[in-house]
Amino acid sequence: MRSRSVVIDALAVSGMVCVVCAVLVSTAAVTLRERQVANAEIDRRRNVLTAAGVLREGEGLPAAEIERRFAAFEIVVVDLRMGEADPSFDPTGYDARRALVDPQASRAVPRNDAQILRVPNRALAYKKRDSSGALELLVLPIEGKGLWSTMYGFLALGPDLRTVRGLTYYQHGETPGLGGEVDNSRWRALWPGRQAFDAAGRPAIEVARGAAGPAATDPHRVDGLSGATITSRGVTAMLRFWLGEQGFGPYLERLRKETASGQVR
Amino acid sequence: MVKSGDVLIDPLFNNNPIALQVLGICSALAVTTKMDTSVVMAAAVVFVTTFSNLFVSLLRSLIPTNVRIIVQLTIIASLVILVDQFLKAFFFDVSRQLSVFVGLIITNCIVMGRAEAFAMQNGPGLSAADGLGNGLGYGLLLVIVGAFREVLGAGTFFGRPVLLTVGSGGWYTPNGLMVLAPGAFFLIGLLIWALRTWKPAQVEKVEA
Repeated sequence: MRSRSVVIDALAVSGMVCVVCAVLVSTAAVTLRERQVANAEIDRRRNVLTAAGVLREGEGLPAAEIERRFAAFEIVVVDLRMGEADPSFDPTGYDARRALVDPQASRAVPRNDAQILRVPNRALAYKKRDSSGALELLVLPIEGKGLWSTMYGFLALGPDLRTVRGLTYYQHGETPGLGGEVDNSRWRALWPGRQAFDAAGRPAIEVARGAAGPAATDPHRVDGLSGATITSRGVTAMLRFWLGEQGFGPYLERLRKETASGQVR
Repeated sequence: MVKSGDVLIDPLFNNNPIALQVLGICSALAVTTKMDTSVVMAAAVVFVTTFSNLFVSLLRSLIPTNVRIIVQLTIIASLVILVDQFLKAFFFDVSRQLSVFVGLIITNCIVMGRAEAFAMQNGPGLSAADGLGNGLGYGLLLVIVGAFREVLGAGTFFGRPVLLTVGSGGWYTPNGLMVLAPGAFFLIGLLIWALRTWKPAQVEKVEA
């Protein structure tokens, strides 16, 4: 009898604690969710703007100002399988990272230096146009392995779709002070003006070992991060991957042709 | 007779969770590269230790001994999730930098240790004071280590430049060791040394 009441006591107390805790936790999760989602979205926009050079690193702008500046950008859904924009797809709430775990929404890619295993079928890019409606900037999402972590960032290309206008990383777990310097504004300032492709149209941008020259004389290389060989290599590999055949290469090719033939889209 | 004042102040210097009990070292290494992460982490741990002690103490006569650890953990875990959700909603940037370490407060020995060793035997007021004191003791060390690491490792304090680094055109070459985990080990070691010089009672007896 006695042992039985001990068991019942234990079950009753644990049960009650669980219910109370569950209610507390789910209330917090539900009530704060909207704010959290909004935070994540603003953070993403902030990074698009930083890559595009519209925003300086660490500039603590209020959400409304981010919103206002972001209004100059249009979101383009890029179908990476076809290499073209897919205007029929609604980008609201689309998360390319979530698509990676959905076999219907992503595909496996051949072994590559960036150690990317799967690529989403659709990616969100951001276009900015000048006052005449011509393409001024194209911001592409990139990701790939560094030393410890997958690094997530954005690459901004100029109107010729060859010249780099900016590179930012908004999420990574690289060693602070070494590989973590990928988000250092001084290092990132070395990127604008570099040429992403060689004369034959192959992705040629590279993080050098040691120092690189200025953009005018050494257009394809950027200074390496000291003490971070593997992170530097990861940056090179991911840029080449995303600018290449498996990434945005076909889309960029198509966009260039369209621009050349005067079709402003 | 235990006084709540002692319970609150003791863990700061006399019985510091990190410096004397040598608990919570993992997170103390991981989050102290900057001041803002150190301060937010300290506040998060203070919140969790205070309230976990309070609730565990309130329930202590109801909690059956055979499931007490699991009940304590449920309470602690719920509090940690609350903190995590709150940080994601109101301190998004810092919460991203703290990443997994907020969640790992659950496994921080200080929280569990105080719930089991103190709150199970003492009243709610005293227990909450003990939780607060231990949280503050942990937080104090975090903030001291964080201050040294950020100033020496990056030349900034709360993100504002205090030593002009060579990288931004100044004179100070940042000490790379400080931003790595071993730097925190050295600092904690030096702090323990300093504390034990000041309070020799904390020096462990040499085992014969």
